[in-house]
Amino acid sequence: MKKLIGITVFLVLLYGALLAADPNANWTYNHINLGERIGLYGIVGLGAGLLIITGGIDLSIGAVAGLSATLLAMLLVDYQWPPPLAILTVLGMGCLIGLINGLIVTKLRLQAFIVTLCGLFIYRGLARWIAADEEKGLGQGFAEWKYALYESRDVFGLPMFLVIFLPLALAAAVFLHFSIYGRYFYAIGSNERAARYSGIATDRYKILAYVICAGMASLYAVLYLLKYNSAKPSGTGEFLELYAIAAAVLGGCSLRGGEGTIYGIFIGTCILWILPMLTNMWGISSQLQFIVIGIALLLGAILDETLRRREKV
Amino acid sequence: MNPLLEARAIAKAFPGVQALQDVNLTLHPGEVLAVIGENGAGKSTLMKILAGVQAPDAGQILLDGREIRLADVNDAQRRGIVLIHQELNLADNLDVAGNVFLGREPRWGGPLRLLHQRIYPEAEQVIRRLGLDCSPRTRVADLTVGQQQLVEIARALTLKSRVLIMDEPTSSLTRRETDRLFEVMRGLKSDGISVLYISHRLKEIEAIADRVTVLRDGRNAGELPRAEIQHENMVRLMVGRDLKQFFQRTSTPAAEPGPVLLNVRGLRWSPRQTQPIDLTLRGGEIVGMAGLMGAGRSELAETIFGVRPLLSGDVTMDGRRLRLRAPADAIAAGIYLVPEDRRWEGLVLAASVKDNIALASLRRLSRFGMVARKREMELARDMCGQLNVRTPNIRQIVGLLSGGNQQKVVLAKWLCRGPRLLILDEPTRGIDVGAKTEIYALMDKLAASGMAVLMISSDLEEVLGMSDRVLVMHEGRLAGELPRAALSEEAIMNLATGGPSRS
Repeated sequence: MKKLIGITVFLVLLYGALLAADPNANWTYNHINLGERIGLYGIVGLGAGLLIITGGIDLSIGAVAGLSATLLAMLLVDYQWPPPLAILTVLGMGCLIGLINGLIVTKLRLQAFIVTLCGLFIYRGLARWIAADEEKGLGQGFAEWKYALYESRDVFGLPMFLVIFLPLALAAAVFLHFSIYGRYFYAIGSNERAARYSGIATDRYKILAYVICAGMASLYAVLYLLKYNSAKPSGTGEFLELYAIAAAVLGGCSLRGGEGTIYGIFIGTCILWILPMLTNMWGISSQLQFIVIGIALLLGAILDETLRRREKV
Repeated sequence: MNPLLEARAIAKAFPGVQALQDVNLTLHPGEVLAVIGENGAGKSTLMKILAGVQAPDAGQILLDGREIRLADVNDAQRRGIVLIHQELNLADNLDVAGNVFLGREPRWGGPLRLLHQRIYPEAEQVIRRLGLDCSPRTRVADLTVGQQQLVEIARALTLKSRVLIMDEPTSSLTRRETDRLFEVMRGLKSDGISVLYISHRLKEIEAIADRVTVLRDGRNAGELPRAEIQHENMVRLMVGRDLKQFFQRTSTPAAEPGPVLLNVRGLRWSPRQTQPIDLTLRGGEIVGMAGLMGAGRSELAETIFGVRPLLSGDVTMDGRRLRLRAPADAIAAGIYLVPEDRRWEGLVLAASVKDNIALASLRRLSRFGMVARKREMELARDMCGQLNVRTPNIRQIVGLLSGGNQQKVVLAKWLCRGPRLLILDEPTRGIDVGAKTEIYALMDKLAASGMAVLMISSDLEEVLGMSDRVLVMHEGRLAGELPRAALSEEAIMNLATGGPSRS
């Protein structure tokens, strides 16, 4: 609880700094830009966060997103599939990859870190292979889909990505905090043995977490492609897993499992994307951005651990 | 003959237990001295003190008549006292010679510290002496457990040890390997090396020991010279403490046993079990299960509960054969386990009292998959009241409660589901007296209500006080069954140590 208040205060401070640094002329543009990023990356953060709460980890998120975006572009343009079918196929493939990850982790008892690290190579390689390493673009087509997802501000003037993200976050919060499955997720992450001894089908729920995580990565890819119009098999989704894990951890998920909230993941995502915007406005060279973000995250983690120690003593 | 090693008035306390009190021990050169006692009698603690693993709170250790203070294990080894652990401490990935000389490798090349090939002929010499027929270049992982044991002894010999302390060395050896080890021990004796030998296997002690020292409740309970080392004498000294006032059962259903609930036929979970297990539990009875550490009691419980895959056999509950793939299957049939390790298997320590109690019942506490929080709170409050769980409120983190209250939370988790058969594995270990009595009263009440209770316990007092009958396990098999009328510590220990069945 204290942690959540702490990061909320931090977010408010950051946002205040952002407003102070923001020249009025760009207010709307900057906010739309920020909202889009939070919506887009927040979706992946939800999946990664749920998985981390069960004690799992997925390093293949970015590769799955890259493969999904590439495949979707090819299905739409090269193979002329109808868009709804193509999108469903890609989302299905994402879930299937999650299912495979989950099955290997639970049934063969391999470490999730290894399994998904291998996945990172495999799915990235697959993307490059099916596309012959060529960038796949949508060109001028699919304007109505692009409009619906990107240009439209029909819902309270919010960017569409945020409009998609918020109900998903709400659903995830209900799932995690109000349903029995959420309880199982926490119990498994906190003490899998005790959960199993209490008659919970632990494997089933762990697999479900992997499916959700990879499925969200695919959803990210669909939205990404329709906004940016093209997918690079070797580059799309790069570092995505790191952003997702960073947002979840920043928001209070423990990599040991059993800890974290949807609200925290949301706040973590906001902080993660306000930071680079802020450094931009302060005129810090974009080459230094990663350093600033890294140091900010590290300081946060150190502060958190120090406070936690003190609380225990 | 002057004693080689002597311990005088050794005392050692751990939080909440006086493990050793005023314990004496003498070991002569070239002697095999067996140290025996029940679980928790203090044997292992004494050996650790003699080997420098732990320091005593009081008392003296004398080597060659001079008092010594052992700083640590290395200090003890330099003085010639070497402990060979129950679990072997070998580096699996190194070869035999590498293990024999680990940490003391002869080297050359100055700062490069290259390994000298001399270790191979030297190791060869030692392992030949022990009759270990393998190359010193064999990887330890490729040896049998018995051979690995000999590698440990080889290591001890190259340390120029004079006292070998062996803690349950035969527990994982085959008959032939055990015989081989005894031959080696006789050879060591003739070289003037003394052996302190801890074992639960009284037959082996009859075969190898020159003298027996018995510990009971952390004190010396007596000694037996060579001529008197017999099974009954040992058992007599190991038990025979006076029974304090114990909890009184109210129900004694032995007169009219309830219907058969659980029926286990031909159960095996390990290929090493020679005799499969058969047992029957009836409603309304409390069945005690005794045995020494490692006799397979917890494994049996875990197999019936679906944690451990069963190798062969049938488990039927209410006449229906169960498919046990996971605990959920056992739970569905009404079989619940309160595990031995409550902190890791029984509870989610970081979660609240309420969440732990509700964890196994969430499905009935939900509507459309959503937790019905009000009903959940009511249930938790109700169970805490019934079992007298002392907690500031039901949102308290379980890890912060006392051991007794934690155990009550585990019990509450199951009792709110109305179990038919409750398996309790060491239900009162590490629990204060007050909570113990409450748990006994609860067991009594549950049995009176028609539930079957299987109580695994190493606390003989508890087994004698609570059980309607007692099953005794020894090395993965049921060694015997004792009805309430025939219950005594001697009878249980006799069966638990592999003695002949008298019933």
